[in-house]
Amino acid sequence: MKILALDSSGLVASVAIAQDETLLAEYTVNYKKTHSQTLLPMLDEIVRMTELDLDTVDYLAVAAGPGSFTGLRIGSATAKGLGLALNKPLISVPTLEGLAFNLAGADKRICPMMDARRSQVYTGIYQSEGEGLNTILPQTAMGVEELAEKINDMGQPVIVLGDGVPVYEAVLKKTLRVPWEKAPLHLNRQRASSIAALAMVYAREGKQQTAREHRPQYLRMSQAERERLSKETEAK
Amino acid sequence: MEKDIKILAIESSCDETAAAVVKNGREVLSNVISSQIELHKLYGGVVPEIASRKHIEKINQVIEEALETAKVTLDDLDAVAVTYGPGLVGALLVGVAEAKAISYAKKLPLVGVHHIEGHISANYIENPDLEPPFVCLVVSGGHTHLVKVKEYGVYEILGRTRDDAAGEAFDKVARAIGLGYPGGPKIDRLAKEGNPDAIPFPKAKIAEAPLDFSFSGLKSAVLNYLNGCKMKGEPVSEADVAASFQKAVVEVLTEHAIEAVKESGMEKLALAGGVASNSALRESVAEACRKNGIQFFYPSPILCTDNAAMIGAAAYYEYQKGVRHGLDLNAVPGLKLGER
Repeated sequence: MKILALDSSGLVASVAIAQDETLLAEYTVNYKKTHSQTLLPMLDEIVRMTELDLDTVDYLAVAAGPGSFTGLRIGSATAKGLGLALNKPLISVPTLEGLAFNLAGADKRICPMMDARRSQVYTGIYQSEGEGLNTILPQTAMGVEELAEKINDMGQPVIVLGDGVPVYEAVLKKTLRVPWEKAPLHLNRQRASSIAALAMVYAREGKQQTAREHRPQYLRMSQAERERLSKETEAK
Repeated sequence: MEKDIKILAIESSCDETAAAVVKNGREVLSNVISSQIELHKLYGGVVPEIASRKHIEKINQVIEEALETAKVTLDDLDAVAVTYGPGLVGALLVGVAEAKAISYAKKLPLVGVHHIEGHISANYIENPDLEPPFVCLVVSGGHTHLVKVKEYGVYEILGRTRDDAAGEAFDKVARAIGLGYPGGPKIDRLAKEGNPDAIPFPKAKIAEAPLDFSFSGLKSAVLNYLNGCKMKGEPVSEADVAASFQKAVVEVLTEHAIEAVKESGMEKLALAGGVASNSALRESVAEACRKNGIQFFYPSPILCTDNAAMIGAAAYYEYQKGVRHGLDLNAVPGLKLGER
């Protein structure tokens, strides 16, 4: 099984090509957020280096949210365009599951967190189990204190990772009362190889979509929708 | 006979998700438009984030329909074209990323197109005889430009709005008299029942740039008039307001357009953009052209609104000139006319 994977959900742009149990190529850049200009040239680079015939790809995997709204759409539109042109199915990998899968095999709880602004993080809590992940807390947007209390209530050691960690490290230090550690630098941000690896699991479970039906999962409404709803609620 | 050039064009710069297949720049094989207007009505205008979300939901379906209707596959195409500016950045990015991925996967040349150059090129589709040079009056919700089309793909701006676009003024006045969004077609309809000479609204002139436009003063005059009536407890005839406002806009657009044609020594005038389907504007410009011996061109309403067929028309001439964009093509929300 050959998978081409993309993640442009946050600051990191990452592309990977995986075949069965081998990672053929991965290209990850955590520099300026210019995904629109960089993502496809990065993909082209690894496709050429591995002499990949795009028609031999079985699935296109994409980090499908949450994350930066625009970043998600660049990844999704790229995957949808490739899927349409190559007539290949897509696999939507929830961003936080993909991020947690960086630490597949860990015996501790895994808690990825992405800075979601407005004093919140996109987060979830996972436990590595078998070839996949057991979801303890499904991905959601919540305040960091609330998240820390949830982790405390579970009473188990945890590894944290993601771009939310440096932003909220002081809060974590103050609030967490269970043993916790940060993932090392080579594992602490989005990697398309993790999206590819988890997509292999998803593919075996038959969790695929057509390119046409795929859309990002934002976990948040647009500001205009939020304001309209709160106005309507007030009016009632 | 040269080989036919078929281009798949994609447009997502505002609130329409659109795809089309166009042959040799003039023959539309398909023109699929998925409009989001109903969704944005709830907010009284286009909400960029909602527009972007809708684009990504619809884009593959729209492209697939365009290919099916045209009875072609991607293998029959010569290029992929996409609007990369101006417009809403998040909305543009969906079309740009999708077009780049398709062009990459199918090894097809990519041609980025300027949205307004697309609107102007809509005139080529139904007017096989129209060729540059000519003057084009581009009027839409976001743009009001008088453009000299010197040759295919070469443009000179003769006049532009200093503040609101004409379509924007229509939307704001429509909101003020309770017509809702989008305002253009609603004012057009209501104005037919009103007296265009009932209320004298001002027509702004800009001394140092006689071909430029200004609509914010007119918009304020309408709002002041409505306020004044309210304070005095006088009844307002919405139809008269619509007709008088529309007359002021149409007269100024017509006068400047005719002036631009004369000044630049042209013989042809074309209309383009969403407001180009306004019936009063069409009649007024047609009449003025008749009087002045100017040949007049305008697209059907379906080609005035945002669509991808016009992008395919513009892209053909760019393609013929050798314009190609790379995998790093970005959305440029403030792209200038004629800029590459």
